[in-house]
Parts: sequence; C-alpha cells; structure tokens
Amino acid sequence: MNEQLAIRARGLTKQFGSIRAVNHLDLDVPRASIYGFLGPNGSGKSTTIRLLCGLLTPTEGSANVLGIEIPRDSKLLKPNIGYMTQKFSLFGDMTVLENLQFMSEIYSYPKGERTSRIDELLWKYDLTQQRDQFADTMSGGQKQRLALASAVLHKPKLLLLDEPTSAVDPQSRRDFWANLFRLAEAGTTILVSTHYMDEAERCHRLAILDHGTKVADGTPRDLQNNTGMTIIEVLAKDPYRAQVIIDEIPVVASVTQLGVRLRVLVPDTVDDALDIVTKALDRKNVPAELHTAEATLEDVFVAVTMKPEQLAA
Amino acid sequence: MAIMRKEVRQMRRDRLTFAMIFGMPLMQILLFGYAINMDVRNLTTAVADESNTHLSREFVARLEQTQVTKIRYRVNTAAELEELMRAGEISVGVAIPKDFDRRVIDDNRTAVHILVDGSDPTIGGIVDALRNMPLAFDTTPVQQKHDLIEVRPYYNPERRTPINVIPGLMGVILTMTMMLFTAVSIVRERERGNLELLINTPVSSAELMIGKVMPYIAIGLVQLALIVWAGDLLFDVPVRGSIIDLYVAASLFIAANLALGLFISTAVKTQFQAMQMTFFLIMPSILLSGFVFPFEGMPVVAQYLGEALPITHFIRLTRGIMLREAGLVELSGALIYLGTFSIIAITAAALRFSKRLD
Repeated sequence: MNEQLAIRARGLTKQFGSIRAVNHLDLDVPRASIYGFLGPNGSGKSTTIRLLCGLLTPTEGSANVLGIEIPRDSKLLKPNIGYMTQKFSLFGDMTVLENLQFMSEIYSYPKGERTSRIDELLWKYDLTQQRDQFADTMSGGQKQRLALASAVLHKPKLLLLDEPTSAVDPQSRRDFWANLFRLAEAGTTILVSTHYMDEAERCHRLAILDHGTKVADGTPRDLQNNTGMTIIEVLAKDPYRAQVIIDEIPVVASVTQLGVRLRVLVPDTVDDALDIVTKALDRKNVPAELHTAEATLEDVFVAVTMKPEQLAA
Repeated sequence: MAIMRKEVRQMRRDRLTFAMIFGMPLMQILLFGYAINMDVRNLTTAVADESNTHLSREFVARLEQTQVTKIRYRVNTAAELEELMRAGEISVGVAIPKDFDRRVIDDNRTAVHILVDGSDPTIGGIVDALRNMPLAFDTTPVQQKHDLIEVRPYYNPERRTPINVIPGLMGVILTMTMMLFTAVSIVRERERGNLELLINTPVSSAELMIGKVMPYIAIGLVQLALIVWAGDLLFDVPVRGSIIDLYVAASLFIAANLALGLFISTAVKTQFQAMQMTFFLIMPSILLSGFVFPFEGMPVVAQYLGEALPITHFIRLTRGIMLREAGLVELSGALIYLGTFSIIAITAAALRFSKRLD
C-alpha cells in the first residue's frame, strides 16, 4: 500500500437489481488533499462514498481505505472516518451542545478533553451563539456547520462529505470551503461530492462520474488542459439562429448558450475549427465575433460525458 | 451509556409520548375497570302483567329486587313485549298470563314467560339465573331444595370483575405501550436520516439495541406502579403476593415486549408499517391471552397461539401473584418462557439490524 494514498480502489462495482450504480471504479486519493467527485444526480457519487465507508457492500472489486481492507474490515474503519450525509442527520430535537456531547460519547472521545474539544469546535465553527438551540430550528448554514463539527469531532483521518453544500447559500459555501482547506492543511483527507462546477474547481484533484463510470480524473488544471477539444466562443446578435447553424456543422461536438455567448466544442483532431465555424456563419449572413477560449470545468464536463456517437459524428 | 441518555432526553422532549406513558394506563384502567363489567345488572325490562293479582304484583316486585332487571315499561300484552325487544328498547320481557295464580300451583304448567334478547351473549347468560328464581310465595310454600353441588369461588368470592380484569389489563397496557415505543424507535431514526449517521460511528448493534430498550424498562415499571396503585385505590384490587415478585415478573415481560418491538422495527420500512404490525400483534394479545376469554375454553389451535404470546404467561403470573398469593417458584415456567423470549427476540433484532444499508 502506498503511504501517500488514503484511498485506493480497484474495480469497485455496485449493482442494485438491474441498475449498475457504480461501474468498475478505480480510484487513487492522495492523503491530506481534497478530492472531489463531480457528476450529475444519479451518477453514483453517493453510492461510491457509501461503498468507501463500508455502508454498502460492493458487488465486485475492493478498496483499501486508510490501510484497511473494505468491506472486510469496515468495522475498524469507523473510528477513523467522519461522514457527513447529504440530508441533515443529527438529532433535531436535541440542542447543538447535546448533539456534540452525544457524538463525543459515541466516539469515546477521552472524557477529560470532551468539554474543551466541544468548546473549541463551537468557536471554530461559529456555533457558540447557537449552543443551546435545537438543531431543527437552525438555518441551513448553521445546520451544515454543526454537521461538519460533528463529523470532525473525533479528529478523523478521512472525511467523507456527500453533497455537503446543497442546502446552503453562497456565503456559507465559501466559509465551508475555507474550513475544508484548513482541515486538509492539518492533514485530513477529504472526499467531497458535488454537482457545482465552482466547488469542483477548488478541489486538489477531481474525478468526473457519469452513470456510475469514472470518465475523467486529475487536477482541475490538467482536466482543463486535456479536454481534447477546441473551445470557440461565439458572440452573436442572434445567438439562437447562430446556434441552429453551428449545430448543423458535422464536426461540432456541442453548442451551449451562455447568455449572449455560445460555447462551441470541436474535437482538436479537426485542425481549422475556428475557420469552419466562421465560414458556416458567414454563408448564412449571421454576424458574429469568434475567438478560441480556455476550457472551463464545465467544458470538461460536457466533453467527457458526451455520448460516443456524438463524438464519432 | 450514550444511546440511553440520548433516548431519555428525546423522550422527555416528546410531550405526546410522555403524556401517553402516563395517560394511557390511567385511561385504560378507568375504561376497562368501569365499562367492562361482566356482572349483569340493571337490564332494561318490560312487564306485561295480564293477571294483575296480588300474587303477580309480588312476583314483579321480587324480580326488581334481584337488581338484574330494571323495569322500564309496563305493557298489556305479550305481543307488545316482542315489539319492544325487536326495537332494541328492552333486553328482557316478562309475560305474566291471565291465569298466573292457578299456574303457580299447577306443577305441570309454566307460570311465567321470560323473553330474553339472545343477540347479546352475556345477557343470554342470565336466563339460568332468572329461571332458578324461587317463586316462594306465602300461599305456596315451595320446598327449598338443597344444592347437590356447592361452588365456592376462591380468591374472588364476590365475583367482582375488576379483580379479574386489572391483573390482565396490566399485560395489555404494557404490551401496547412498550411494543409501540420500540417498534417505532429505529424506523423513526431511519426516516429522519439519523440512522445513516449512527451506523457510521463505532457504536455496535448490541449497544444500540440495549441502549434503546433500557430506558423503557424503567418506564414500564413506572406504568406498572401506576396500575397497581389505581387498581387498589379505585377497585380494591389487592396484591396478595409479594410486590417484588410482581416487579420481577413485569421486568421480564417488559423486556420481552420491547425486544419484540425492536424486532418489528428492524423488519419494517416506515413508522406507519411499524404501527400496523404492532396492532396486528395486539389483537391476539387481547383475545388469546386469557384476558377476555378463559384460556381453557379456547380451541386447541388458539391455545397454541396463545401460549406463544408473552402476555399469556404474564397474565398467569400477575393473577398468580396478585390474587392467589403464589410465589415465583410456583410460577417459574412462565418466567422462564418470558426470559427466553426476550433473549431470542433481542438477538434476532440485533442480527437483523446490520450496520449496512444494503
């Protein structure tokens, strides 16, 4: 086992009846980094996280998490991981303090240090004011901070976060990510699933999942540099007409409208992509400004999740 | 233990549950104690006295003295009695023919016709009581026959219903509340999402199960105390045997019900299903346990089913301890059954409850 890897999975597969939720997934997650799972709903993000913490038994394949064989020894793994569920799962009819006390008892946190650890968390996650408030009555952002505080209370080496920011406002999301970076710097490995591009961009490394299959992985920069596509940005007065025309060009893989602009993806095997698109628009007398652009993560996502027949076209 | 403290804390906050813990036993004891009264009294009665002699009037007066009947109507003909009964106005009709005086003396003829509404089984049962009413009038010195058989009702000489009902009622109340509490407990956490968090912690299934059961045993014992106290205060139901024996028996019984509830909780998907399952089990508990019908009188299959229910054994224990002054040694069979049942059920629940989602 590589000392630098927190998670190493090979051929991880999970079948639910006739649906294959996770399909032969290989995964290498380096220690003390933030690793993101990016994918639409139903792409197998949650299932993968549940497989990795031993909540689900894989149909095929195996994983080594923090040096522990999964699913065989998943019991040994529990004290070393923190898990934040997609849905708020702490006890709504208990106060913030009571929830944290309960978690400290359940993880058998050293008795003498419980109070100081809880105080520290309340302060760090800005919950001191809410100390005696029932969890149910808190805002989304506060709930999320409580959930994170509970998940890290026992100082786990690995933190698994299943769409942690789906119910909070942008400011809370920024604060939340600041907390994650702080944790990663302190040596915690963090696995986080998301369907927000801006969040994915913040991860050290990233895997893009689509229909249970990993379609790409690497650092966000690597992924952006290796889309295999030429990106053309089109500024047109009549973007709708322009889109219809560009869509009919055989080599174009995808056209997406972003406000008045269009983002056109052409496989980089086509040499004169900019030329082809410009000419097509000229022929139909649609005035437009064209230039090539850097790939964003969204472009990466569109490129890698494209169906094979679209690429062949 | 952490789980236990958490359960108690949540229970205290849940006002409805808290009210149910204390309200339900009191409510039931009042309902069952007062309403379920198998001594038949004050049946509405109509009399058609066609004879209207000194003798017949005396007969009617005696009939009223028994307190079994309460005369509401006086009509003229037997036909009118039938009408009243069909309309449900009366349960008993007494028809005294014109020649009542002569019939009383004549051994070969019946003197009085009594119509009884047989559609209600308990009312039907009084027919015998009325038939044996002696027509001891001063004009006709009827010989007082000696009974060949003398029945002495032990332990409940006045044959008061509460004496029989309250010990059984303990079983019913404890079954209902205990089983329901734990049956919902795990599904509730599943529905709220708490379970996904819990199973990702190092807490073991056994810890979780035991932590959920323990606080309720205490509650069950408080309920028991409440029933014993109310039974004594309101209905004079004694605890003739040792109160400690009663508590030991109840602890085992409570454990059995909680364990069964937990098992239900691991088997169902929603709180609603849990409740349905619980009620599905409560019906036979009331009907087959000997609480309502004497156990010996039931068909063999029903007896087997009854034997399997913890409440049947518990009712034997409570009736034994409270009324017959029996000790635990004499009742050890029932105790052993309850103990075994609890252990099997809680083991099954812990096994069924795997710390996985699939």
